[in-house]
Amino acid sequence: MKNSLRLAMAAASVLALTAGAASAQVSGDVVRIGVLADMSGIYSDLSGKGAVEAVKMAAEDFGGTVLGKKIEVISADHLNKPDIGAAKAREWFDTGGVDMINDLANSGVARAVATVAKEKKRHIIVNGASNMGITNELCSPYAIHYAYDAYSLAHGTGKAVVENGGKSWFFLTVDFAFGIGLEEQVSKVVRDAGGRVVGAARHPLGTTDFSSFILQAQASKADIIGIASTGADAVNAIRAAAEFGATKKQKLAALLLWIEDVHGLGLPAAQGLSLTNAWYWDMNDQTRAFAKRFHDRVGKMPNMAQAADYSSTMMYLNAVKEAGTDDPDAVSKKMREMTVSDMFTKLGKVRVDGRFMHDMYLWQVKTPEESKAPWDYLKLVATIPAEQAFQPLSESKCDLVKK
Amino acid sequence: MDIFGVPHQALLGQVMLGMVNGAFYAVLSLGLAIIFGLLRVVNFAHGAFFMLGAFIAFLIGRNLGIGYWPSMIVAPLIVGVLGILFERFALRRIYGLDPLYGLFLTFGLVLVLEGGFRVAMGSSGHSYPTPPALRGALDLGFMMLPMYRAFVILVAVVVCAGTWVVIEKTRMGAYLRAATERPDLTQAFGINVPLLLTVTYGAGVGLAGFAGVMAAPIQHVNPSMGSDLVIIVFAIVVIGGLGSVLGSAVTGLGLGVVEGLAKVFYAEASTTVVFLVMALVLLLRPAGLFGQEEG
Repeated sequence: MKNSLRLAMAAASVLALTAGAASAQVSGDVVRIGVLADMSGIYSDLSGKGAVEAVKMAAEDFGGTVLGKKIEVISADHLNKPDIGAAKAREWFDTGGVDMINDLANSGVARAVATVAKEKKRHIIVNGASNMGITNELCSPYAIHYAYDAYSLAHGTGKAVVENGGKSWFFLTVDFAFGIGLEEQVSKVVRDAGGRVVGAARHPLGTTDFSSFILQAQASKADIIGIASTGADAVNAIRAAAEFGATKKQKLAALLLWIEDVHGLGLPAAQGLSLTNAWYWDMNDQTRAFAKRFHDRVGKMPNMAQAADYSSTMMYLNAVKEAGTDDPDAVSKKMREMTVSDMFTKLGKVRVDGRFMHDMYLWQVKTPEESKAPWDYLKLVATIPAEQAFQPLSESKCDLVKK
Repeated sequence: MDIFGVPHQALLGQVMLGMVNGAFYAVLSLGLAIIFGLLRVVNFAHGAFFMLGAFIAFLIGRNLGIGYWPSMIVAPLIVGVLGILFERFALRRIYGLDPLYGLFLTFGLVLVLEGGFRVAMGSSGHSYPTPPALRGALDLGFMMLPMYRAFVILVAVVVCAGTWVVIEKTRMGAYLRAATERPDLTQAFGINVPLLLTVTYGAGVGLAGFAGVMAAPIQHVNPSMGSDLVIIVFAIVVIGGLGSVLGSAVTGLGLGVVEGLAKVFYAEASTTVVFLVMALVLLLRPAGLFGQEEG
C-alpha cells in the first residue's frame, strides 16, 4: 500500500510538472537568435557590429526573456561567401539550437540561406540584402524579406530619375546576385518608362579603381550612369566619376546608397544625390530616440537595415509570446497575422510571400549649407506607399501565392 | 573615328589608363628583377612590401601629419630598412639552398604581414588623399586624365631610368653586376658581397614600397592590395627576362597597355592576357624578351 502510494504520488508530480511545461514549449529552453552578418568585409560598416547590437537591443528591450525562457543572441561572419553563410546556417539550425537568423547582408548569402531555411523549416529575416528571390522562387513560410528590396529601390530612385529626364542608362554593376538583380529591376523600370539601357559594365565586389569602368560609361554617352553597387564600391565609383569628369556631361544614379556612404563621400561630393531608404534616423521623435541609444552603443547612427534588425527581432519575439511557443509553423502563422507599429514603421504587415509591407521613402542628400549637425544628411522628397513600393502579388513567382 | 569598331576616344582612354597601371608594374618588376638577378631569391614578399609602403605612408600621414611628398622618401626608406633586417636575420640563411625554401620563407612573410595588418587595420580600405598640388584633371580631348595619374607615369619613367643608370653606369652598379655573375671572384677582389646583397634586397623592396606610396591615392590602402598585383608582376618579370632591369621596366609598361587594350575589346580577358603573353614568350624565347640564355 505504501509503495503504491509513493508510486502514485511520484507519477502525479511528474504529470504535474510536464502539464505545466506543455502549455509553453520553447525548444531547448532558450530562444536563440543568430545574427549572420558581414563582420569584417566590405559591407561590415553597413551590417557588422551595428546589426548585432540592434538585435541585442531588441532582446534587452523585450525584457531578456520570452515565455519564461532566456533570449540569447549570437553572431557569425559570413565573409560575403554564400557557401560559408549556408554552412553556418545549417550548423546553427541543426546543432546550434538557433530559432531565427537575422540581418543576412549580401544577396548571395541571403539566397543561399533562404534555401536552407526552406529545407530546414526554420526562420530567417532578411534585412541587409535586396535580391527579389527571397519573396519569389525561394519563398517559404519561414523567410521574411523585411527592410528593402530591389523592386522598391528601382521604383524609388530609378523611377524618379527616369521621370526627371534620364532616358538612356549605362549601368555600373557589381558582379553578384545583388548588383545583377538590381540592374534587372531598374532596367525594367527604365524600359517601361520609355527609356533605353545603352550598356553595362560588371565589376568585381571590392573594386577600388573604377577608372576603366568610368571610361566605358563615358564612352557610352548615356544620360545616366546607374550605380548598381553599394558601400565602398559605390563610394569609389562616385569619386572616380568626379575625378574623370564624367559628372560634367552625365548624371549619377546611386541605386542603393546608405548614410554611411554619404558619410564616406562627404556632403560636397554627395549633395543632390537621390536615394531610396526604408527608414532614416531623423524621421520623428521615436526614430531619434532609438538612434541616440544606438549611437551611444555603437558610435554611429543606425541605418535602415540595422533599424529593421531591431524592429524585426521585436516582431519575432512578440510572435513567439503570442503563439505561446517557438515552434516555427505557429510563429510563422502569428507573424503573418500581426500588424507592426513601432519606430520602424507605423503600419507594417507580412504578406503571404514573406514580403514585409511598409512605406518606403525617396530622399535627397542635403547640401553642406543645409546640414546643421553630424549625420544630418537627408531631406525627404516623397513617401512611396507600401502597395506601390513593392512587387504586386500578381507578378510574384512564389508558390505560396494563390493565382 | 572607329578603330576595329571601337570609338578612338575609348581606345586611347584605356591605353592611357593602361600606361598608369604599367607604371606600377614597371617599378614593381624592377625591384623584383634586381632581387632575383642578384640574390637568386624569388621574392614572394614583394607585394607585401608594396602594401607596407602604402600603409606606412597612410599611418605616418594620419598619426604624424607627414604629407605625401615627404612620405615618398620616408616610407620607402622605412620599408628598405625593414627589408634589410629581414634579409640579414632570415633570408640570408637560405641562400644556396633549394629555391623552395625561399618561396616558403617569403610567402610566410606575406601571410604574417597581411594577416597582421588585417587584424590591426581591418580588411576594408582606408582612403589616402591625393596631394593638393596634383588634384584636378588634364583635358586630353579624348578623356579627362587626373593629374595625379599623369604624375605617376612620369615618376615611374624617371625612377626606372634612374635605376638603370645606377646599375649600368656607376661603380656600385658594376659591383652589383659582377656579383651577379661571379660572386666568388667578386668577393676575391675584396668587395663585401654579403653587404651588397643586403643593400640590394633593401633597395629592391624599397622600390616596392615606393610604388606603394604612389598607389595609395589611387587604390584604397588595404592589406590585400599587394597580393592582387604580385602575380601579374611575376609574369612580367618572366616575360621581360629574369635579371634584366631594362627588360622588366619596358615589359611592365608595355603589358599595362596590352591589358588596357584588352579591356576595350574583351573585358573578361584583361585579367588573363598577361599570362597568355607569358606562355607565348616562354614558348618562343624561354629566356624572356630581354634576357640572356644562362651560359
